[in-house]
Amino acid sequence: MAIKYSQKVINEFTNPENVGEVDGANATATEGSPACGDMITYSMKINRESRVIEDIKFRSYGCASNIATASMATKIAKGRTVDEIIALTPKTVTEELDGLPAVKIHCSVLAINGLKAAVRKWDAEQSGQSVEGDFTLDNETIIRELRDVIHPETGISIVKMNMVHLVEVDSGSVFVELMMGETDDMYFENIEEETREHLENLPGVKTATVKITEGKAYKFK
Amino acid sequence: MSGTQKHIAYLDNGDSTQMLPEVLEAMMPYLSHSYGNPASLHQLGLDAENAVDDARDSLAESLGAKSNEIYFTASATESNNLALSGLLANYPDKRHVVVSPIEHASVRNLVKQWQKNGIAEVTFLDVDDNGMVDPQHLKKSLRDDTLFVSIIHGNNEIGTLQDIKTLGEICRERDVFFHSDMAQSLGKVPFNLSELPIDLASFNSHKAHGPKGVGALYVRRKVKVRRIMEGGPQEQNLRPGTENVPAIIGFAKAAEIAVRDREVAMAQVESLTQKLSEKLLSIPHTRLNGPGHGPNRLPGSINITFSYIEGEAVLMRLNLQGVYVSSGSACSSRALVPSHVLTAIGLVHEEAHGSIRYTLSRLNTEADVEHAYQVTLKTVESLRAMTAFIPEEHSERESDHAKTFYKKKSE
Repeated sequence: MAIKYSQKVINEFTNPENVGEVDGANATATEGSPACGDMITYSMKINRESRVIEDIKFRSYGCASNIATASMATKIAKGRTVDEIIALTPKTVTEELDGLPAVKIHCSVLAINGLKAAVRKWDAEQSGQSVEGDFTLDNETIIRELRDVIHPETGISIVKMNMVHLVEVDSGSVFVELMMGETDDMYFENIEEETREHLENLPGVKTATVKITEGKAYKFK
Repeated sequence: MSGTQKHIAYLDNGDSTQMLPEVLEAMMPYLSHSYGNPASLHQLGLDAENAVDDARDSLAESLGAKSNEIYFTASATESNNLALSGLLANYPDKRHVVVSPIEHASVRNLVKQWQKNGIAEVTFLDVDDNGMVDPQHLKKSLRDDTLFVSIIHGNNEIGTLQDIKTLGEICRERDVFFHSDMAQSLGKVPFNLSELPIDLASFNSHKAHGPKGVGALYVRRKVKVRRIMEGGPQEQNLRPGTENVPAIIGFAKAAEIAVRDREVAMAQVESLTQKLSEKLLSIPHTRLNGPGHGPNRLPGSINITFSYIEGEAVLMRLNLQGVYVSSGSACSSRALVPSHVLTAIGLVHEEAHGSIRYTLSRLNTEADVEHAYQVTLKTVESLRAMTAFIPEEHSERESDHAKTFYKKKSE
C-alpha cells in the first residue's frame, strides 16, 4: 500500500535538522530498538538554572516519518523548559507536520517519548532520585503504558479503542488480553509484538504474556 | 535537477511492468469497436469468442500446454486460490497440504486460514539460506492423506528458482498433486508445461509486459478442480463471469512476445542486473539476499540488505530522486514485522528491515543502472551518517549469523 505523506513530512525527511550529538550534552535517551526497525537517540544540553533545553540533536534509525518526527521534535524542544516537554503530547508533532498517516502515528509517540525520557532522567539526576521514582507495577500503570500502543489501522491507542480486555499482574509477570474485534489479521502480529515490547520495558516486569482474542467488535469510547 | 528532465529508473518490475506497444495495439479493437460478450449469440459476441479462443490457443502454445488446460482468471492470486481451494473441495478425504515457507500471500494466507479453522493440516517445508526447498524434506513430509504440494517457482522477493522438475517428480511418485505459482517465471526462464511433472500452475500477465486484471490457471487434463464461484458456464465451467476480453488478448500477445524474445531479452536483463548488483554490493555493509546471480535465481532480481538503515527510508529517498524500487519491510507499526520470506532464509529483523528489492526488465538501460547506483550510494551514505543504530551497542540482539556477517564485512 502506498503511504501518503504531507509535503512537510517529505521536506523534514529530505532535509532533517539537528542531526548528530550535542557537545557536552547533559541529557540523553534512546527510544526503540533496531529489531523493531524504529529507534531515536537524543542528546541535549539543559540549563541547570532555567531548566531550558539550550541545544538538542538526534540520531534516527527508521522510516521516513521516524526521521521527520525526530527532526521536528528537536525543533519543538529547543528553547522549551523541562516541564513544558513533560506536558507535550504526540499531537504537537503530528500537527507541526500537517498530519501523519494512521500507520505512522506511532512515530510521533516514539519521538515525544524519547524527549520525555531524556528530560525525566535529567530531572531525576538533578534531585538525586531514581528515574523510576515510586513506580508501582499495577493495572493502572500498565494501562498508562499501553496508551502508547497505536493501532496501525486507525492511528488511535489500543486503550482508547477499548481493546484491552483484561490485565493481570502477579508480582513480576503480566498478562494482557486484547480483543482484536474486526481488526484485519495482518495487524495481529504487529500489535501483539508491540504490546509485549511495551510491557517488557516497564520496571519490574519479568515475563509479559499477550493473548489475542478475536470475534468481539471493538468500539470507540 | 536544474532545468534537465529528471531521469526515472523504474526498477520495480517484480511488482508490475510497462505494457509493450504491440500488446496495446492488439488490445485496441476490443477496447473500442469489438465490444461483444463472448456468450452472446450474434456476430459481435462471436467475434469476441473467437478472439478469446485464439488467445487461449496462443497462450497454451507459449506455455507448452493444450488449449483446454488453460483457464483465464483475473490474477495469479485468483489462480492460486482457485487451484488450491478447488482441489480441496474435490477431495474431502485428503486433509493435509504441503507448501514452502516463501509462498506468495495468496497461497500462504489461504493455507494458514485452513490451518487456523481446522480445515486442513499444513506442513511448511524447510528452505536453506537461499530459499531452496530441501527435496529430502519434501519426500519425508508426504503422507497418505496429502492432497497437494504447492511451491512457488521463482520467488518474487529474493528470486529463488526452485527445481520444480525434481520436486514435482517426488509428488508424482506418491500420487500427490503438485501446484506451482509461476507468476514471475513467464518470459524469464524457459519451460514447457507438458514436459514438467506439474499438475497445476498459476500465471499472470502484468509481470510480463501485459495488462493488469488477467491471469491464467493451468490444470493438467484429468486433474479435477471444482469451481469456487457460482455463475455462468464460462471457462469450461470452472470460472464464471464475463471474460475480460481485451486483457485476455493482451495477455496472450505479451506471453507470445515474452517467449519469442526470451533468450535475447533475458541475456540483456541479466547483464544489467549483474552490473547493478555488483555496484550495489561494493557499498560497505551490504549483502545479497537469495541465491547468487545465475541458474538458481530469476533474471532481473536483486535483493540487498543495507545494514544499519531502514528500508522504507531508503525507498522514499530513492523515490524522490527518480529511482523506483520496493522494500522487504513496510513499517506499519512500531513493531515492524519483517517479510516472512526474509525471516525464512534466516535474516534477523534488523537485516530484513534494511532490505531493498531492485527488479529489472527488458526495458531497462545502462543509464538506469548508473542512475540507480549513484542515487543509492548517496542515499545510503546520508542515512548512515544520521543512524542511531550503532552495531556494537546492539550486538547482544544479533544472531551469530549477523555477528559474523558484520565482522566479515568490516574487515
